[in-house]
Parts: sequence; C-alpha cells; structure tokens
Amino acid sequence: MDVLDDDLHVDGNAALGPFAEFLGVDVSASTLCCAGCGTANPLAATVVYDRGPGMVVRCPHCGDALARLVRTPADVWLDLRGATAWRIPMPDTSLPGR
Amino acid sequence: MAIVSRGFHGRRDAAAADLPPGQYLTRDFPVLAAGPTPRIRLENWRFSIVDEHGRTHEWTWQDLLALPSERPTVDLHCVTKWSKLQTTWEGVSLDTLFAAVDTSAAYALVTAYGGYTTNLPMADLRDGKAWIVHRYDGKDLAPEHGGPARLLVPHLYLWKSAKWVQSIRLSNQDVQGFWESVGYHNYGDPWREQRYAGD
Amino acid sequence: MVAGLPWLIGTVVDTRQETATARTLVFDVPGWTGHLPGQHVDLRLTADDGYSTQRSYSMGAPADGTRVELTVQRVIDGEVSPYLTDEVRAGDQLELRGPIGGWFVWRPSVTDPVLLIAGGSGVVPLMAMLRAHTLSGSTAPLTLLYSVRTPADVLYAAELDAMSGRHQDVDVRILYSREKPAGIERKPQRLGSDDVLGAGWRPRPDSRVYICGPTGFVEAAANLLVLHGQPESTVRTERFGPTGR
Repeated sequence: MDVLDDDLHVDGNAALGPFAEFLGVDVSASTLCCAGCGTANPLAATVVYDRGPGMVVRCPHCGDALARLVRTPADVWLDLRGATAWRIPMPDTSLPGR
Repeated sequence: MAIVSRGFHGRRDAAAADLPPGQYLTRDFPVLAAGPTPRIRLENWRFSIVDEHGRTHEWTWQDLLALPSERPTVDLHCVTKWSKLQTTWEGVSLDTLFAAVDTSAAYALVTAYGGYTTNLPMADLRDGKAWIVHRYDGKDLAPEHGGPARLLVPHLYLWKSAKWVQSIRLSNQDVQGFWESVGYHNYGDPWREQRYAGD
Repeated sequence: MVAGLPWLIGTVVDTRQETATARTLVFDVPGWTGHLPGQHVDLRLTADDGYSTQRSYSMGAPADGTRVELTVQRVIDGEVSPYLTDEVRAGDQLELRGPIGGWFVWRPSVTDPVLLIAGGSGVVPLMAMLRAHTLSGSTAPLTLLYSVRTPADVLYAAELDAMSGRHQDVDVRILYSREKPAGIERKPQRLGSDDVLGAGWRPRPDSRVYICGPTGFVEAAANLLVLHGQPESTVRTERFGPTGR
C-alpha cells in the first residue's frame, strides 16, 4: 500500500517505558519476529505509533502491527498476534555467581 | 496515587459546555494514528458494502459524488478525552448507501485502507446517525484526518469513525475491531463513558 | 515487591535557562539508582482535577547520585513543554520513572570512535554522552554534528565550544539550517554528505553512530550514513516525533 511520509511515528525507544512498567525488565535489546514477513526486528528499530488510544508497534519491513499495547486505568492489554515470537535477552543463569 | 503538578492545566478550555463525562474541550484538531497515512488515488478509491450473504455493492469516487450529499454539523468525542464541537462535514448518509443493500444483518465490521478495523451494530449506522464524509470545514478532507473519505459516526467515540474507510462487512456475528479487541469498549457511548472493556 | 518501573517523585532543585525557549530542570529523585548516557525518563503531569498526561524526556547529564537533569525545548502550542520551560520552579515536585532504554546508550568503557548526530533538541541525550566522555577521561574519538535552525537555538553553546577546544579527541560542529552567524562560511542548509565527510568521518564497521532528533531528521541522517557505507547495525537512532517533544 502506498503511504505518505509522515512524522507521526517514533521508534521502539518509546515503547520501553510502557513495557518496563508491567514487565519490570528492559526490553530494548529484545527482538520481535514478524508474523507477516518473517523478519526479526530489534524493538528499538520498530516503527511505533504512540499518538492514539494505544501504542502500535509496527514491523519496519512490511508495516504490519507486531504488537498493540493499551493502558487502561486498571490494566495493561498487550496484543502480540502480529509477532510469532518475542525474544528478550536475560542474564545467563548457568554462569557461576548468577 | 498520582501527585498533583502545581500550576499544570493541560491544553484545555475551562468552559465545560455540554460535554460527555471526562471530556475536555479542544480548539485544534488532534491527529491520532495507529499506522502510516495511506495515499489513495481517487481513480483507485472504492467503497464497498458486503452483505451477510457475501454480495458486494461497490462505489467509485464518481459514484459517491453523484449521490445526494448532506452537510452535518456534529460534535466529536475522542476516547483520549478531547472533544471538538460543531465540526462541519460534507458527505453521503449511510442511509443512502444502505438503500441499495438488502440486509437484515445485526452487525457491521468496518475496514479501512491500511488495515484498521472497528465494529458496531448496524442500528448505529442507520437513521441519520452515520455518513461517509469527504469534506471537512469547507475543504477536501486532508489525508491525516482520513481523506479522501472517512466514516463519521459522531454519537460514538471517534475511534469508531474509521479514517480512510474502505468497506463495511455485514454479519449476524459481532467481530471485534482493532481497538475493541485490545481493551477498548465494544460499543463506545461517550455519554455513558464507555471507554474500556468492562465499563 | 514493586512490579515493573515505579513512578518516583522528583523535586526541582535548580533550573538553568539554556536559550530563550529552552530550560534545563535539575531534579533530586530519592530512590534513583543511576543511569547510562542516552537514557530517558517518562514524566507524568497531573492537574488538580485529575487530568493527567505523560511525555518522555532524555536526560542531558550522566549519572550523579540522585540527580536527574532534563533539558526541555518549548514547543509552540505544546501542551506540556511550555509548562516545563515557563512555569515550573525550584521546589516543585513532578513524577518521573526511569531510567528507560538500554539500546540508545554509550558507555565510557567503549573505545570505538563515535559519531553523534543531533537535530534540534535531539542533542540532549547526546550531551549526556559527551559529558560522560569528558568526565571519564575517555580518549575515544568523538564527533558531534549538531543541526539547528539559527544561532539562538543552540543548546549548551558555551560548554560545547569549551569541550571542542579543550579535548583533542572531541570535535563539535554546529550546522545551521535556516540562518547562520557572521563568520561562518557554510550556507544554511540541511545536513548532507559534505557535512559528514567534511568532519573527517569515513564509514567503518568498528565505529558507533548515535542519531537523535525529529523523526524526519533522524531517518534522513540514518539513510545518508548507510548510503555512504556505514553498516546499519552500528547506527542507533532515537526519534522524537514531529516536534521533538
């Protein structure tokens, strides 16, 4: 689909605060695999629309919505149907001292 | 429990006028987006209504402009809390479009160019409650506000007034749209403050 | 146990006027555990009738105990920025959460050459990186290309001048896009290849690039570098949206 250049989007850095709020981990190094085109995208490189009723995280390659996040007064709703997997780096617990 | 920020008022008008609960008056026209702004050439623009039997009724841009048009003046209420009063539009009533459609379906799923969807009962699209509009404030509807044409259903929160409307699919099953399936209210009446699921 | 990232209360302890339209707010935030250069905070403002809104602001200074510095550029008709630049005063308390962002960060322990590209108020997180570079005594070669509209818009002007003069591995170039001061030859224009190459930068896989500013600026700058051969994986970006809010 043909789209107009717009300045309405930001990048995945904008999603970090809302995700950190309920997950408690820094997901900036995480990767979302797109269900539409199959690419693996660092969250920071995704195209984020956050001027709306909720936040939409889109694949930078095909534009499909990878994730939708809505913060209501009582809940966080997270829809990940556009992503086949979300990979979040964690400390390696197999190493001594962890 | 949030603390109050001394001296902060936000961009709002003090005069509450006749606003639904929790809404604030705005004088500008905020642009909210769930995705990029589609670029639709008028020669390629189509609007269709697909009835519950799968029959498709389609209009080209010329077809739309040839239909009787109306100039509704309506108030807009966005679920993000801004309201804009007495906005002027020009477009075709859904009643005019439905006159060509033989249906007894109860529900509608609206789809827009770019993939956005929203759902509502058929009854909320009829009897003078909804339009396909292509002009705002005396000018062609700008792309960032939904141009060339958007749905306008002012008695519900503005997320139901799908920008870049492309088709309406009729059914006896209610299928939730883009925001309804992720926490927003299935119906969305601003006067009963139906913002979120469960309200 | 506190789930996720809690809202903390920051007290404004100092304010510094940076330009006619931009101001630095210095907060003391009990409970702050530090941050890395490049990270940001979310600020939450609540009116007395309960209306509330949030914005993200980059921190302009590296970690220093419970001290957090934000530099805010007043946006015309902005809902939040005029409040922060014109109304907030020492003693006021605002809610913030952070630090946020582990990707758009620079650590002083990294010795690779660094190219920083700022559009307008996008210079704020890059300033945190520059200040950390100076404080740590790092000798990593660092270049800042800072695009602004007019001389009146330059944030941290005196400090940038001093850094550039004092440290041989720091090179700061201010690029004017609308109006230039007397004595500058480069005619006002947007960031282009000549600016990047003229600063001595050449594409190399071991260097790191950080670009911050309005969405359009960041995308143009990133495309420019990648077009010149800088590997995409070495370019980190942070887009502010249309107005650099």
